[in-house]
Amino acid sequence: MKKSVIFGALTATGLLAGAAQAATLDDVKERGELNCGVVTGLAGFGAPDANGVWEGFDVAVCRAVAAAVLGDPTAVNFVPTTGQTRFTALASGEIDVLARNTTWTFSRDTDLKFDFIGVNYYDGQGFIVPTALGVSSAKDLDGATVCIQTGTTTELNLADFFRNNNISYEPVPVETNAEAQQQYLAGACDAYTTDASGLAATRATFENPGDHVILPEIISKEPLGPLVRHGDNEWGDIVRWTLNALIAAEEFGVTSANVSELAAAPGTNPEVNRLLGTEGELGAMIGLENDWAKNAIAAGGNYGEIFEKNIGENTPIGLARGLNAQWTNGGLIYAPPFR
Amino acid sequence: MTTTSDAPKAGFRPSQLIYDTRYRSLTIQVIAFIALMLGLSWLVSNTVANLSALGKDFDFGFLGQRAGYDINQRLIEYDSASSHGRAALVGILNTLLVAALGCVLATIVGVLAGVLRLSKNWLIAKLMAVYVEGFRNIPVLLWILLIFALMTEATPQPRDFREGGGASMIFGDTVAITNRGVFVPAPAWGNGSLILLIVLVLSLVAVWGWRRYAHKTQEETGRILPIGWGTLGLLVVPLTIAFLALSMTSGRVTQPIYVAGGIEGASLAEFGAAQQGINACAVPNSTESLNLRRALRAEGLRFNVVPVTTAEEAIAAAEAGRCNILSLPASTDAATVPAGAVALSDTIQRGSPVQFESPVLGGFNFEGGLQLRNSLIALWLALSLYTGAFIAENVRGGILSVSKGQTEAAFALGIKPSRTMRLVILPQALRVIIPPMISQYLNLTKNSSLAIAVGYMDARSTLGGITINQTGKELEGMLLLGLFYLVTSLVISSAMNLYNSRVKLKER
Repeated sequence: MKKSVIFGALTATGLLAGAAQAATLDDVKERGELNCGVVTGLAGFGAPDANGVWEGFDVAVCRAVAAAVLGDPTAVNFVPTTGQTRFTALASGEIDVLARNTTWTFSRDTDLKFDFIGVNYYDGQGFIVPTALGVSSAKDLDGATVCIQTGTTTELNLADFFRNNNISYEPVPVETNAEAQQQYLAGACDAYTTDASGLAATRATFENPGDHVILPEIISKEPLGPLVRHGDNEWGDIVRWTLNALIAAEEFGVTSANVSELAAAPGTNPEVNRLLGTEGELGAMIGLENDWAKNAIAAGGNYGEIFEKNIGENTPIGLARGLNAQWTNGGLIYAPPFR
Repeated sequence: MTTTSDAPKAGFRPSQLIYDTRYRSLTIQVIAFIALMLGLSWLVSNTVANLSALGKDFDFGFLGQRAGYDINQRLIEYDSASSHGRAALVGILNTLLVAALGCVLATIVGVLAGVLRLSKNWLIAKLMAVYVEGFRNIPVLLWILLIFALMTEATPQPRDFREGGGASMIFGDTVAITNRGVFVPAPAWGNGSLILLIVLVLSLVAVWGWRRYAHKTQEETGRILPIGWGTLGLLVVPLTIAFLALSMTSGRVTQPIYVAGGIEGASLAEFGAAQQGINACAVPNSTESLNLRRALRAEGLRFNVVPVTTAEEAIAAAEAGRCNILSLPASTDAATVPAGAVALSDTIQRGSPVQFESPVLGGFNFEGGLQLRNSLIALWLALSLYTGAFIAENVRGGILSVSKGQTEAAFALGIKPSRTMRLVILPQALRVIIPPMISQYLNLTKNSSLAIAVGYMDARSTLGGITINQTGKELEGMLLLGLFYLVTSLVISSAMNLYNSRVKLKER
């Protein structure tokens, strides 16, 4: 009995010790694959396809990082996380990066000890209701039953919105998007609230998307982005600049189709040359090969390609670029210079 | 010359610690203890080191911070501005609620199924066997999800209860079964409910006395008095008389409705038509509030209720402009009626000591009445049926442990089968049944932490879920949660142990 207690304690300690800080880059290289936390299933953003291969807008970030670090976009171990489990998974070292439509907030960045490495989607929280209810504004929802994913910022925004407008509601907490969808379609809640992009993605999977309307109110700012543990700045830099490389690639017209050609020899644009490693030593500065950005872009294309392929206007999700257009087109997507 | 019995005079040698059986077991225990302590201290220091490496501190201050989230089922006052500590308390009460309901229902189901499984009726015995084997061999989580899915998918939405929607309320329009829960009438307490309570307490005392007397009579004379009918009569008759008397007298008294910004003597409908919005100051769960709301609904008016605790607070709230309609007893001093408020021509009745408020279809949902949410029902039923199957087996084992001769002896004395079970078999079987029953109650209580699967806001969902997620205090939250379950389990098992020592065989 005593022995088993000691062995149990040793095992538990061993697990804890495993979570201790180490150079994440070395761990990933040694392991040969990247542990990436993703959503449990949200069409367009992160979901396994018919063959069980993960794809989506957030998943593409994981693949780009894996390509940049390991040279292989398929060397990713996807760990599905719920709104409640994601932070524990990242803090404990179970995953190296969390790319799961997570809102960048002050307390998560500071108090929870994470580092948001950028924004890959500027979003806001909205409501979806059945057209049959005849509701045209979120302020008409007095007394409504609202489905809400528990453990998210949307839960807090929802409470604040109804409090500010002095109207009442009944929250129905659910764990995952799929569960919320089932409850909403069964009519167990009058409205479902989450990020507007998530609502569009969810509506796209409905049998009759036309029977549901997304209300005009956007009640919050939700800058969604990948995040890493606080404290390992080298690893944070790698993930940050991989995302920036995808964004810069769109700005400079580097696509998955022409990236190998452009990377073969130095071209006329010096910034493209530095980005693709034909000039300068940017790769070495972050501890990677010089073709890191080329691999990352080749994995799934540049930011614009990833957007169009997964959630763009030609997909069932049908999201316009809007705020997520390049800064040159009046959007907020902007990469710092590669220099 | 030496004798073999002489013990060596030499003092204690260290080697004795290993080779001398007198000391060896002590040595091993001391070493094991030291190793355990070392292991524990390493575990703690490792945790501390890792927490500081992550830059996290160990602090329970988060319990005082604003929670910021809403909880649907609350047994105490709570809103999003309350603290995380209060949210945890709401969750804890929800856990205790479902655990208590579950233990009661599981016991009833288990005892019935256990007794019936021994029935001579082949069909009943086999049905019970199917129930027991079906429930105890399938994980409880599946039962919770299955019952929840049935409740949400197979029942109508509230809007189907509108005209032409195809769904209707049952039991004379008092109960609505929807996919958001079952809405049942809720009691509202009125004038004289305290008297009713006193009558009830006196009745209970009388019942206790009657049972004692009947027992004593039987011991002395062998005459069996009608305990059941006596109890029923003592409980029902005084309560009914008191209720009717109070309803007929003070309950029939009417009282005026006062409004701010209306015309003296106008009707409720005229006032409602002239107003932008109606805010009624009312004491929740009071018959006055209920009758005021009924009067407003009868005119087809939409309104908000501003909850207050006393009539004085209602007057203050009306003067502060927080509400524009309230009802006060006719005896209220004219000077205390809110300044500027006038009485309408319509009046309401004060109401019986207790009235039941049926749910009515409101804007999006049923309003009024008591909502038993699907999450609660699914969790409660699944836990009860699952644990009931185990209890049934405990009960069956207990009954089988009583020798058949006891039954035969009872029958030979002419005792009826139901009495034989109640007076001869069960008291002896309880000694065998109670100890494993404690474990079943503990299991049920701990299994209630599966609540998150159906969105029931128990301690695991509030303190161990949302609070941890919003504050990042995993270690603290989980420790508190563990402590709560530990304390609850210890309380349950010590209470049951007390009961066990009462029913166990007493040797004199």
